[in-house]
Amino acid sequence: MNRFDYVRPATVSEAVAAAAVPGSTYLAGGTNLLDLMKGGIVSPKRLVDVSRLAGLDQIEPLPDGGVRIGARVRNADLAYNPTISKRFPAVSEALLSGASAQLRNAATVGGNLLQRTRCAYFYDPSSACNKRQPGAGCEARGGENRLHAVLGWSQSCIATHPSDFCVPLAALDAVVQIEGQAGRREVALEKFHLLPGTTPERESVLAPGELVVAVRLPGAAMRFAAHARYLKLRERTSYAFAVVSAAACLRIEDGVIAEARLALGGVAAKPWRARAAEAALAGVHSNSEYFRRAAEAALAEARPSGDNAFKIELAWRIVVRALALAAAGTPERVPALPASPFAPIPGGAVHG
Amino acid sequence: MSLSITLTINGMQRAIELEDPRVTLLDLLRERLHLTGTKKGCDRGQCGACTVRVDGRRINSCLALAASQDGAEVLTIEGLAQGETLHPVQAAFIGHDAFQCGFCTPGQIMSAVGLIEEGHAGDDPERVREGMSGNLCRCGAYRGITEAVLEAQRSVCQAGRKEAA
Repeated sequence: MNRFDYVRPATVSEAVAAAAVPGSTYLAGGTNLLDLMKGGIVSPKRLVDVSRLAGLDQIEPLPDGGVRIGARVRNADLAYNPTISKRFPAVSEALLSGASAQLRNAATVGGNLLQRTRCAYFYDPSSACNKRQPGAGCEARGGENRLHAVLGWSQSCIATHPSDFCVPLAALDAVVQIEGQAGRREVALEKFHLLPGTTPERESVLAPGELVVAVRLPGAAMRFAAHARYLKLRERTSYAFAVVSAAACLRIEDGVIAEARLALGGVAAKPWRARAAEAALAGVHSNSEYFRRAAEAALAEARPSGDNAFKIELAWRIVVRALALAAAGTPERVPALPASPFAPIPGGAVHG
Repeated sequence: MSLSITLTINGMQRAIELEDPRVTLLDLLRERLHLTGTKKGCDRGQCGACTVRVDGRRINSCLALAASQDGAEVLTIEGLAQGETLHPVQAAFIGHDAFQCGFCTPGQIMSAVGLIEEGHAGDDPERVREGMSGNLCRCGAYRGITEAVLEAQRSVCQAGRKEAA
């Protein structure tokens, strides 16, 4: 790990001023940052510790039925918060399908949004990576790339965003509250992360020194509480990043889908909102034929970026299955294996 | 840069001078305070051997900067037993032969203590396995570990009921 200075500001405005100094990085839970620093992947000159800033650790219900989640709320506290698990159950299920209990006890909301890709070439300082070193090239393009992006990738970068939490947030129109030296602003989570294009080193809309202070879930997202699931395919049963995942949220009236929300994880450099699939589901009967059509719409633009064409088929199946599970109803309690694709679908098979 | 922090470790308050902010909680415990029960396995948050309890929560001490934990209460494997009386999780690990080489055991035990306190797993072996998935055992003693955690959970619950009565 490189040498660095450590500062612990007492207020948000002090933090924002401290982080405006070039070479500074915010430290919250540290679960991703320390790992990256130990590997020599990032080497900040100064850590601005925001892990106990006052006012950022609350989960506040809002008058519209929504909730404001402070940026340093820990993943575990959020997942088990009764307001979250009742109103936004897909958020709890996604959080509990990620990492391990120890990591969820330390990792924060803000850090989850800003976690870096798990691309092995990004993680290996001796490999060429445009994200780590702009202009260096991308070794993933000709390398081991079976887990890389199938949507929104570019010639410069085919990495994916690893978050589970961000997938239902994108589906549910979450909003990111940001504080900077110019004041406070809000950005839709869907617009918060950037696709790589020719500048894969730019991963979010944050300007240098800006701090994520909260994530807000709007009250309208509560309407999906009865039919909301997160489904995540992993290469082992637990404690692994998604190969592909999906958050499916439905509002069903008399067997007809009045409104649908769908987002995919593990497929792109950002959580991937599938609006065409949502449109295909609006007003149709809740059955597997329409789920298959929606999955086709969700993946119409998907293209392999290497040896990963299979991910498109897997994503298709995960979307169909997530929609079927959501239609069957949110379980009383997050299952023992959260987001597991091995759980049976009430009412039978979907691939028939 | 030098930093002064205070930690309460296994009930004892310690004033600590850090010459370098890079010191992790794990390295502080092992190298400075000679509490070597907490193990360094992967040092990257993947194996769980370094699990300790900080302010009531089980975390990976390898991914926590000591400076950032200023003021915290830390419980390590050394602080778990009450004198000669083992903690119910420690006793259950012995009773169920829940280890072979023993390297991962302090982390497994501290993680199990956290899991039981969190109270989400109940008596469901699937939930126990999922809740313990952040602790790897290269010897593959998982079956005994799951049995030990389930038994410890029962004895902690019974002790709680007796106290309440």
